[in-house]
Amino acid sequence: MELLLNQEESMVKDSAIEFLNTHAGPSLHRELRDGNSSRGYSNSLWGQMIDLGWPAVLVSEDYGGLGFSHVAMGQISEQVGSFLASSPLFASSILGVSAIEHSGTEQQKKDLLPPIAAGELFLTLAIDEAPRHNPELVNCKAEKSGSDYLLSGVKHYVVDGHISDNLIVSAKTSNNQVTKNSTTLFIVPTTSEGIKITRVPMVDSRNSSTVVLEDVLIGEHQILGGIGNGHNVLSIILDIANTHLAAELLGISIESFRRTLSYLKERKQFGVNIGSFQALQHRAATLWSEIELCKSIVLKALRSLDDPSLSTPRLASSAKAKTCKIAALATNEAVQMHGGIGMTDEFDIGFFLKRARVAQLLFGDQRYHTKRFSELSGF
Amino acid sequence: MHDLNDFRLETRDWLENHCPQSMRTPVVEDKEKYCGGRRSSYYSDDQRAWVESMISKGWVAPTWPCEYGGGGLSKEQEQVLKEELSAIKARSPIFSSMGLSMIGPAILEFGSEKLKREHLPKMIRGEIRWCQGYSEPNSGSDLAGLQTRAEDFGDHFIVNGQKVWTSSADKSDWMFCLVRTDFESGKHYGISLVLFDMESTGVTVRPIKLISGASPFCETYLDNVKVEKNQVVGEINKGWTIAKYLLTHERQNIGDIGNVARRQTLSEEAVDLLGLRDGQLSDSGLRTEIAEWEIDYECHQLTMERVNLEIKSSGVGNTSAMLKYYGTELNKRRHELEMSIHGGAALGWGEDSIARPWLRSKGNSIEGGTSEIQLNIISKRILGLG
Repeated sequence: MELLLNQEESMVKDSAIEFLNTHAGPSLHRELRDGNSSRGYSNSLWGQMIDLGWPAVLVSEDYGGLGFSHVAMGQISEQVGSFLASSPLFASSILGVSAIEHSGTEQQKKDLLPPIAAGELFLTLAIDEAPRHNPELVNCKAEKSGSDYLLSGVKHYVVDGHISDNLIVSAKTSNNQVTKNSTTLFIVPTTSEGIKITRVPMVDSRNSSTVVLEDVLIGEHQILGGIGNGHNVLSIILDIANTHLAAELLGISIESFRRTLSYLKERKQFGVNIGSFQALQHRAATLWSEIELCKSIVLKALRSLDDPSLSTPRLASSAKAKTCKIAALATNEAVQMHGGIGMTDEFDIGFFLKRARVAQLLFGDQRYHTKRFSELSGF
Repeated sequence: MHDLNDFRLETRDWLENHCPQSMRTPVVEDKEKYCGGRRSSYYSDDQRAWVESMISKGWVAPTWPCEYGGGGLSKEQEQVLKEELSAIKARSPIFSSMGLSMIGPAILEFGSEKLKREHLPKMIRGEIRWCQGYSEPNSGSDLAGLQTRAEDFGDHFIVNGQKVWTSSADKSDWMFCLVRTDFESGKHYGISLVLFDMESTGVTVRPIKLISGASPFCETYLDNVKVEKNQVVGEINKGWTIAKYLLTHERQNIGDIGNVARRQTLSEEAVDLLGLRDGQLSDSGLRTEIAEWEIDYECHQLTMERVNLEIKSSGVGNTSAMLKYYGTELNKRRHELEMSIHGGAALGWGEDSIARPWLRSKGNSIEGGTSEIQLNIISKRILGLG
């Protein structure tokens, strides 16, 4: 059944809820933020995620993983949104794993997948160079030097960049004007000479970095997916990334709405619960309906990542566009309906607004994906 | 599972033999739709053959018991039949039948054996067309405030009042009608659901001309209309429960309103009329709005599918108000966009007018409970806001 969870997927969802409900949530997030944690995530939470096998969910069994589906992983992504749980899971266990699983050489898979699955090695994607997502804008250059390459350029908004062991970097390998054939992906160890990674604090207090590369020496064996093939590989990885971000945004929407709804039932003004006012009831009912729609498109898009008979790109962009719009609505309505207390730092609801904004912008917001949907649909 | 597969093959075979090719094309004009009833006629010989085959097979009411002329199929078999019908794009044999979709299921659920034997076979055979007497001039959104009076005269009632927005009352043979049978109790109590022949003495029907120029609705005046007590569905004074059951049914039907066979998607229509520049629709504002609409439409279709699966697997479903609300608002947006795509050419009043369905769509979020009423239902019943 495409639009229902099977038993395995439901089990993953239930255990994610149970686990994160006890071990994560806004108070842990607040602790990390206020403690100025240099790693940006809780080591003990990550340790328990490893015990649960989460970093191994998408890794195939041949490389020490569990070989579960994207639908199963998507249930975790959704709950990560609901419980504001920061960890290397998205960058490493979803983006990194998908990239290597999809395009890695046998040697790259053998070298990288088992330690990623064990939660010991971190990978991330370093592709964006401008404030608004645009994978085709690549100024980062890879110049041939004998059989090696010298990589130079700047990458922004690199999730978990400063804690990663390897970066997947997009760079131009020819002067061909058509970006589609001139971009190549490279696996770059962060210990390489010539790399400078700076953590950039963002509104969501999670991990984002700027990476500067200066003549970083890269061997041929570090090419991912072939020379000039970067754009093709990247579009597949980005569909996966955006589908999981859509799941996270769905989780954020559901949780923001849940908190708002209970506030409507407890806050009294004019001697009654404010939830008895029709002006608020109709906005709540509209939001609830929109969230129901998000659930369907997210599940369908996740399903398409596992089922080759379903074409992913349009579904991934639909899911991201829709959840961006509704997460923005849900978190804005959440602050508005909480009134003054929603504006205070002491109250948790603001965390959801801030995280949603970053997740929206990462790898393309509503406008980007609506435009992409048009392009993919031939208009 | 094996049986179901056999059933699929038999069904496919039967449809191949009984569904004429001309009944596998999209309906272009309303007059091609067979709706049944005393005043109906067939548009073509193919239509007659198709309708009669489906009726004798009982497949116009696939899951109703065979003893009343139904198909006696299980839910699973019905699903197979639906899939096979849609695979060959077969036309519905009887269109917009309030009998088959509304009062029939209510009689099956709540009616006496006498009512079942009297009415169900005629619905299935397309002999009697039904209309719904719900809204009144002073009871629209506040339906339970209805004032049509049915006074007790022993074995029968005498009904006086006025109904409005009665779909196709001028083409229908019988009405299922909400009346007040107890004038003392609270407004949700004391309502009964009664059935009567539209040819009864005292029934007057007047079509209402709408902003679209068409008259799909009527006013129905009831002046000392005699209704036998054995024509009450369920218990006397307990009609509100059945009314709510029927409204849920109606909401589900209206929620799917945008899902009709179309030759083109909205974006294809726009590309045809406005053209592309560098692969993009020449009007970038419209391009964005159309894309947003198509994404929402996809989300809504998937949600209907998901909700149906959830109801089948867990028996729980409380989403009909949401689907009605969203589906009708979406359909209005579609028509607004279509008007913009066609521009000045859409403003004409001709036979293939785009303006008529645009104007008609405005009623979608009013009939069957307004969007605001649906949002009230969601707030109260689902979200628990009071």
